[in-house]
Amino acid sequence: MTSQTRRPSIRWSRVVNYAILIVAAAFFLLPVYVLLVTGLKSFQEVSLARMWDLPSGFYLDSFAKAWFGKASEGIRGLSENFMNSVYLAVPATVISALLGSMNGYVLSKWKFKGSNVLFPLMLFGMFIPYQSILIPLVQVLQRMHLYGSLWGLIFVHVVYGLPITTLIFRNYYAEIPNELIEASKIDGAGILGIYRYILFPISMPGFVVVMIWQFTSIWNDFLFGVIVTSRPAVQPITVALNNMAGSYIVEWNVQMAGALLAALPTLLIYIFLGRYFMRGLLAGSLKG
Amino acid sequence: MRRITRDRVISLLLIAPSVIALLVFVYGFIAFTAFSSFTKWDSLTPDFSFVGWRNYLKLFGTSPTDRFLCDLRNTVTFTVLFLIGCIVIGFGLAVLLDQKIRGEGIFRGIFLFPMAISFVVTGVAWRWLLSPGTIQTGSSGVNLLFQKVGLGFLRWGWFTDPTIWSIPPESGVGMFLKQIGLSGLVSPYVGVSLAMISVVIAATWQMSGYVMAMYLAGLRGIPEELREAARVDGATEFQVYRHIIIPLMQPITLSAVIVLGHISLKIFDLVVSMTGPGPAFATDVPAFYMWDTTFRGNNFAQGAAIATILLLLVAVLIVPYLAYTTRTEAEL
Repeated sequence: MTSQTRRPSIRWSRVVNYAILIVAAAFFLLPVYVLLVTGLKSFQEVSLARMWDLPSGFYLDSFAKAWFGKASEGIRGLSENFMNSVYLAVPATVISALLGSMNGYVLSKWKFKGSNVLFPLMLFGMFIPYQSILIPLVQVLQRMHLYGSLWGLIFVHVVYGLPITTLIFRNYYAEIPNELIEASKIDGAGILGIYRYILFPISMPGFVVVMIWQFTSIWNDFLFGVIVTSRPAVQPITVALNNMAGSYIVEWNVQMAGALLAALPTLLIYIFLGRYFMRGLLAGSLKG
Repeated sequence: MRRITRDRVISLLLIAPSVIALLVFVYGFIAFTAFSSFTKWDSLTPDFSFVGWRNYLKLFGTSPTDRFLCDLRNTVTFTVLFLIGCIVIGFGLAVLLDQKIRGEGIFRGIFLFPMAISFVVTGVAWRWLLSPGTIQTGSSGVNLLFQKVGLGFLRWGWFTDPTIWSIPPESGVGMFLKQIGLSGLVSPYVGVSLAMISVVIAATWQMSGYVMAMYLAGLRGIPEELREAARVDGATEFQVYRHIIIPLMQPITLSAVIVLGHISLKIFDLVVSMTGPGPAFATDVPAFYMWDTTFRGNNFAQGAAIATILLLLVAVLIVPYLAYTTRTEAEL
């Protein structure tokens, strides 16, 4: 009886529910729409007054110009910087994941006196405003002859990536029963053997989460890039995009195309590996 | 027995490089920055002559138009609006998605994808969306959209608007606040920079999906029996949320406040790529000022002082949280 009287109101609430979700989705997609339609327009079509109009065809001129640049107009393309970001993000991701895995292993399965104090001290490193370490960082990198190079940037991302990779792996290994480790010890396995033959083979899901997280944050980083690399030829793509967007000689449709190119790799990761991306995201709020 | 001690040594050796690196690159560097903030180092050549609190006193100057005071005002505006925006939108979307929605995965994907992209991309996109246009070119971006759909009265200067809202002392509200002892709020040092709202919109666009994901995970963790029991007791859907679900979400809200709060104190990339310092520092923030004065102006000691203040603000938020989460973990 009650269900009969309530049915219409329930229907309405569903309609409202969907309506709000659709309006919200439109808001979230608004920048994507503008980036796409502007990037795909021909140079003749681009005007602020027609910003919201669909392109008349499928023009890739803006993308070509954003990617290759145009030497005659003094516009640098983003292709070189895109590859810099690849050469930066891939090794930095792999190294920081491996180190994080070892740290997580020790901090979860080989706890020592003081390890429960050490862990939060390590974690603090991922929350600090990096402004508070930039001045000595530049000095030290100069002394190490790493300043201004991609190697320097890789080094910096590995060091400041350690807290989050250690956190995720520690939480991941904490789920693995201690009995498994104890049994292997009785069988005569040492600390390295247990890692190599027991933990590492079942660590793949952990590695996927950590590597996606690290790749995304290193690819998207701007602060370290702008501080450590000053020459345009070694800058990562976020820095190059910001320079391009701040330049008055670059048309805004080229800037939009450049922004899409810079966003593409992490967007693809998100689309295809979203599940793992989410896990890293939630680990970032310490609730692993 | 010997083996255990050998393994113990190896375990320490495994973790030692990371611990030493963080000790030097986090704690050592922080100490160096804090030390530099008390020196005279204001050019490319380091000068470590001690000047006491001078660099700090310079920041907290005398006029409400002083850059650092503008920055603090902007940070407060940004933090408050950004937190409210993300938590309200994030929780709202999570609740709406938790109603057995068709296409939930697609909606979730749309709300969360901005998390995957760089603040620089967000800044470039939103700068064009919110750029108000000029008299010559006519309206552009969102203003143009408003004009097209007949909401032209909503057109506005966005991040180019230098207006600072503050409470005039002679106004009714100003008099009232003074009466009840809140005269501190009625001051030219306290205000809301309207241009900051544009930065808040872009940042909320990027981060509210993250808050949604956290709340959604929390909502999914509430057993259906609990809601059912409340409904059987005659609670309306609103009461179920008000008295059962929202209180259960408190730990998530706390996490969200900490994570978003420390992001908003550190916000840098978005400001650089979207607005820069803005008219009369209307969108300037401490992280930007630090970078500007240190690496463009070569005033290292001044930059170090800003960085130290920034670190203290973040530490006030993060240290209790770290202590709390790691302690509860140890009790388990």
